[in-house]
Amino acid sequence: MKYVIAIIKPFKLEEVREALGGLGIQGITVTEVKGHGRQRGHTEFYRGAEYTVSFVPKVKLELAVDEAIADRVIETIQLAGQTGQIGDGKIFVLPLEQAVRIRTGETGAAAL
Amino acid sequence: MTFGVYKPARSLAVATAVLLAGILPALAQETAPAAPIMDKGDVAWMMTSSLLVLFMALPGLALFYGGLVRAKNILSILMQTTMIAAVMMVVWVVYGYSFAFGGSENAFFGGFAKLFLKGVTLESMSATFTSGVVIPEYLFITFQMTFAAITPALIIGAFAERVKFSAVVLFSVLWATVVYFPVAHMVWDANGYLFKLGAIDFAGGTVVHINAGIAALVGCIMIGPRRGYGKDMMAPHSLPLCLIGASILWVGWFGFNVGSNLESNAGATLAMINTFVATAGAIVGWSLIETLHRGKASMLGAASGMIAGLVAITPACGTIGPVGAIALGALASVVCYFFVSVVKNKLGYDDSLDVFGIHGVGGIVGALGTAFFSAGALGGIKGDDYAVGAQFMIQLTAVVITVVWSGVASAILFKIVDVVVGLRVKPEVETQGLDQPSHGEVAYHNS
Repeated sequence: MKYVIAIIKPFKLEEVREALGGLGIQGITVTEVKGHGRQRGHTEFYRGAEYTVSFVPKVKLELAVDEAIADRVIETIQLAGQTGQIGDGKIFVLPLEQAVRIRTGETGAAAL
Repeated sequence: MTFGVYKPARSLAVATAVLLAGILPALAQETAPAAPIMDKGDVAWMMTSSLLVLFMALPGLALFYGGLVRAKNILSILMQTTMIAAVMMVVWVVYGYSFAFGGSENAFFGGFAKLFLKGVTLESMSATFTSGVVIPEYLFITFQMTFAAITPALIIGAFAERVKFSAVVLFSVLWATVVYFPVAHMVWDANGYLFKLGAIDFAGGTVVHINAGIAALVGCIMIGPRRGYGKDMMAPHSLPLCLIGASILWVGWFGFNVGSNLESNAGATLAMINTFVATAGAIVGWSLIETLHRGKASMLGAASGMIAGLVAITPACGTIGPVGAIALGALASVVCYFFVSVVKNKLGYDDSLDVFGIHGVGGIVGALGTAFFSAGALGGIKGDDYAVGAQFMIQLTAVVITVVWSGVASAILFKIVDVVVGLRVKPEVETQGLDQPSHGEVAYHNS
């Protein structure tokens, strides 16, 4: 099993979710996050006060997938989340030791 | 305007005579009837006006200020505004009305005659601008009470996000007693010093805005800047709330300005159109100067221009023309913009919500601008016998007296409050935000 973490542009979330749904992915966790990579923040003015905002709003997706479809999941996110502009985000993939469905106690790939 | 309280013989006559000579000559054509007349139209309008001024404070000012602070402090602002309004209403009935309008012939103090509204009955009447036309004294008391309720609340924006709740309440009561009531008496009572001097302050530019603006400046300097000021992100947490509040202030301001006419007549309509168009001119003015200076017109800028224009037209709305009002509003925006974006940063004081920069500075622009734009040649209602230079000196005198009175008294009162209860919250409270430590509540929960 693989644990896939993707940081994407917020407005791309729905496209990515639909594309993943097409692969039969059933579970996904979404968090609104802030951060920056090479894309820097912006400047805000409030009357006389000027603030440099370093962090850009992003959406973080987390999903646990079976080894067999991991590559297709990564490719799908990469294609659906892409605009070609700086700040499109990153995908991180980790090995996943275990998964448990709390309701039934099923473990491993059966719990995904 | 005059708020000389009607006493059958002298006060009304004095008030009316001064007024007709100086402020509203157009109304002089009406002949004074033998018995004072109470008009139900006037009464209905003045009751409405009183509610509109209440609406300015709650929720107008509360939301305007509340949106401008960080999310961890909004309840402290809402609560301070609410409590100040409530406490001032109680104080007004107990002694405020008497201190301001108690009928004393002293130039600075209304006296003790009307403590607890002593002697006021359903038959008591107050003078208006028209000879022989009166409104019930209960109505006059109520209308003026709403002014007293909002004015100390204006000050709190200067030291938002770091002040103790108890200090705010104590200061407000002391400040009203030593500064607001005497200045209100000076400007609005027929025996008042500035009234007799001939200062034009139709709806309270000196009494309310310069007065509060100066106290705010003194307060923010004495309390000191917020922790992290100039380094940490202190952007407003909700500009939508801020605009809602500012817009409510605009609507409520018609009670403030137009209600100050005390009657529902042509003079009221002049104040009304001026309160519309001066504000419009100020919004356009602020956005223009901001675009030229920064390259973008901001929502907060438009809201700030709105308030600057409303402040500036307050003293002027009864005597200047609509075109002059547009110019005065735009001028106020430009000067206020310069203060909040350049002067404040240069001097380094933390007037958190720009109370001095907008109310103090806008009030001074309005008070002085009134002298010019009241002239017939500039569209005002003053005739040939009106001398701009002489009126300017009177307006300047009124401004200087108010600045010195409020500045000195506020400094002493802040010191007293600091000794008695302490002005400032503990550093860890300031970091956490005032809402939970001061009031046991949090404004926003994620679920």
